[in-house]
Amino acid sequence: MQTRRHVLQCGFGAGVAATLGLRPQHAEAQALSSLQIFVPAAPGGGWDQTGRSIEHALRTDAIVKDFKFEHAPGAGGAVGLPKFIGTKKGQGDALMVGGMVMVGALIANKSPVKMTDLTPVARLTGEFLVVVVPEASPHKTMQDLAAAFKAAPGKVSWAGGSAGGSDHILAGMMARAMGADPKAVSYVAYSGGGPAQAALLGNQVTAGISGWGEFSEQIKAGKLRALAISADKRQDGIDVPTLKEQGVDVELFNWRSVFGAPGIKPEQQKALVDVMERMVKGPAWQAELKKKDWTGIYLPGAEFGKFLGEEITRITGILKDLGLAT
Amino acid sequence: MDTLSQLIAGFAVALTPYNLMWCFVGVTVGTAIGVLPGLGPALTIALLLPLTYKVDATAAFILFAGIYYGAMYGGSTTSILLNTPGESATIVTAMEGNKMARRGRAGAALATAAIGSFVAGTIGTIGLTFLAEPVVNFALRFGPAEYFSLMIVAFVTVSAVLGTSAVRGITALAIGIFLGLIGIDLQTGQPRFTFGVTELLDGLNVIVVAVGLFAVGEALHLAAQKKRPDGGEVIEVKDSVWMSREDWSRSWKPWLRGSLIGFPIGAMPAGGAEVPTFLSYFVEKRLAKKPEEFGHGAIEGVAGPEAANNASAAGVLVPMLALGLPTSATAAIMLSAFQSYGINPGPLLLQQQSALVWGLIASLYIGNIMLLVLNLPLIALWVKMLRIPEPLLYGGILVFATIGTYGISQSWIDLLLLYLMGGMGFLMRRFDFPTAPVIIGMILGPLAEQEFRRAMTISEGNLMIFVQKPLSLALLLIAVLALVGPKVWGMVRRG
Repeated sequence: MQTRRHVLQCGFGAGVAATLGLRPQHAEAQALSSLQIFVPAAPGGGWDQTGRSIEHALRTDAIVKDFKFEHAPGAGGAVGLPKFIGTKKGQGDALMVGGMVMVGALIANKSPVKMTDLTPVARLTGEFLVVVVPEASPHKTMQDLAAAFKAAPGKVSWAGGSAGGSDHILAGMMARAMGADPKAVSYVAYSGGGPAQAALLGNQVTAGISGWGEFSEQIKAGKLRALAISADKRQDGIDVPTLKEQGVDVELFNWRSVFGAPGIKPEQQKALVDVMERMVKGPAWQAELKKKDWTGIYLPGAEFGKFLGEEITRITGILKDLGLAT
Repeated sequence: MDTLSQLIAGFAVALTPYNLMWCFVGVTVGTAIGVLPGLGPALTIALLLPLTYKVDATAAFILFAGIYYGAMYGGSTTSILLNTPGESATIVTAMEGNKMARRGRAGAALATAAIGSFVAGTIGTIGLTFLAEPVVNFALRFGPAEYFSLMIVAFVTVSAVLGTSAVRGITALAIGIFLGLIGIDLQTGQPRFTFGVTELLDGLNVIVVAVGLFAVGEALHLAAQKKRPDGGEVIEVKDSVWMSREDWSRSWKPWLRGSLIGFPIGAMPAGGAEVPTFLSYFVEKRLAKKPEEFGHGAIEGVAGPEAANNASAAGVLVPMLALGLPTSATAAIMLSAFQSYGINPGPLLLQQQSALVWGLIASLYIGNIMLLVLNLPLIALWVKMLRIPEPLLYGGILVFATIGTYGISQSWIDLLLLYLMGGMGFLMRRFDFPTAPVIIGMILGPLAEQEFRRAMTISEGNLMIFVQKPLSLALLLIAVLALVGPKVWGMVRRG
């Protein structure tokens, strides 16, 4: 399959690294000419698209020419991470896509490997979440929904992605901020934003939580009513108040990032950070952000490492509150 | 503009030589990947996503739709010839189709599958053109309670594949339900029966299990038989390669019934392509003039499920194009391709991108015709494959199944699973257990469980939700009727 994928990519000019990543390690001083991008998810998903956008931006702005893609899908990255750590250790041109979802997945699955084993390179994008109700719902504002939830938590059902994922985490955080037990949330897990949307459009559930991009078109068409977004502040062109404005003191971004392999030298880490820095400042990446409706929340190397540590602590806490971690 | 004139405008888009070429490439690639077990349309389209940086949106979607429809055609070929389903939607086809092939009637089986796919694909596409709005509104009325009741109806279909002993059949079903439980539980995020193996976290791949049980199990069974004729037995191709007059008269009704079952269920957000094939098989067995032929190669058992699976493929596109709802893996990937063009698929897609959408729909009609033209002449070629002596043929099947399985995830765990299932399939054949209920249990078990628990969360644990909702109640009554109806009717007639 790996070969077949290569043939497909060559055939359509998407390119393949002839070097297969076996670059001499003394080349780290000069700029990287090739990258191996490791996606711990199936082709087509959010992480894969992040990887493809990185490839497209670096290629268009002539920063890196050759790319090799590898996918290891499964369990929110819990399958791919050990594989990346095992096979890419010490390789300065390996870049793994990951994000907040992986933090929760590793905790819930009691994974033996940790994200802190990796070399942090950059936090790239973030997507805030949105709380919606069906068009016909009696709840007009977040306050209405919060009041209904406080009165009878069990009667308010929330549709979203898989248990322990970002949508569920936000539900737990909101419950806590509203003074309720996160375990009391009637959370209805769907395998993705699509089936959850269907449940909302069919009035099967009280409310729904998902990434803004998943629900935005239904909101624009008036089929779903957006009550609040989980961003830190109001967003340009989006007429929806934040949770904080409405008295629910919660802020959450579903962030996506890239990591280097464990055990690489500081110069190698710097080379990867430099590539990302140049990409983020280039026009092609900015165009990709706009097209995909992603918010650029770039955070380089060490600062991202510090942020990651804080996120792991925060998410572990909320998963414990939800009864999903010990 | 009314629907018809928009459709005509769509044909104007789809019939340009450039777009026709993409359509042809799509159906050809689709047929090829449908034949391979493992590589499905969702993965293929995902691998081709970088193409969206190079070609325009209309051409890309015509290509993707061609792949999607093509895979539904191709999947049946290996099911019938080699008992190796290429897609989960063609697992049912293998049950009767392969028996027909073993009786020397592979040509007729392939022909009824191809023509049935064409008829159903066209009916489904007509439904997509004219009925998208009402169908999607009906489908959205299905919530967790209704889906659970629908799964109960689908479980009744197991009775059609139980074989001679109900105990053995239900044992097989229970094994399947157990296999379906392996992996992370969606409602709590906790792993079940994974024993610390990370590759098991996402559950077992139903294709690997089906190929192991059917194809590998069969090969082992054959190898274990004492009688070993010199040079091996060759399956004689009896009668003509083509469908006889009787085949036609036995096929056309199942085609239509399969389409009517497949299209609306495919349009349901959690409907999928497998459930309608089970239901169609059950209906055909119940309505057949010669039900005793089922299990030995009844043509109705190929015609109906094949039609159901292709009609459901058109059904899946209904919520996608009418509401921007991705209800299957393939639809989700296609929607992410829309985003590559800066098009945000949603309820306004049809209004904002009408040229693109109607071009796509028109290309589905054209793709269906291309697939028929492409597949019918191939039948004569495929049938020749069965002239290969059995030991060699089954050796080849083992190689083919192994490569295809490894292709899914490049994981040796999947290969281990394939041969474990093969061993189990061999033992089940040896001790006369039916294998089909394992697959039915594996597909329906987790669906029923998730919907049941969703319904329980929403109703706060009140079981009455299943009878309080009228649609759910109606489905439960249908299940009861399908199970005991024939017996009661028989007693009444006997007086």
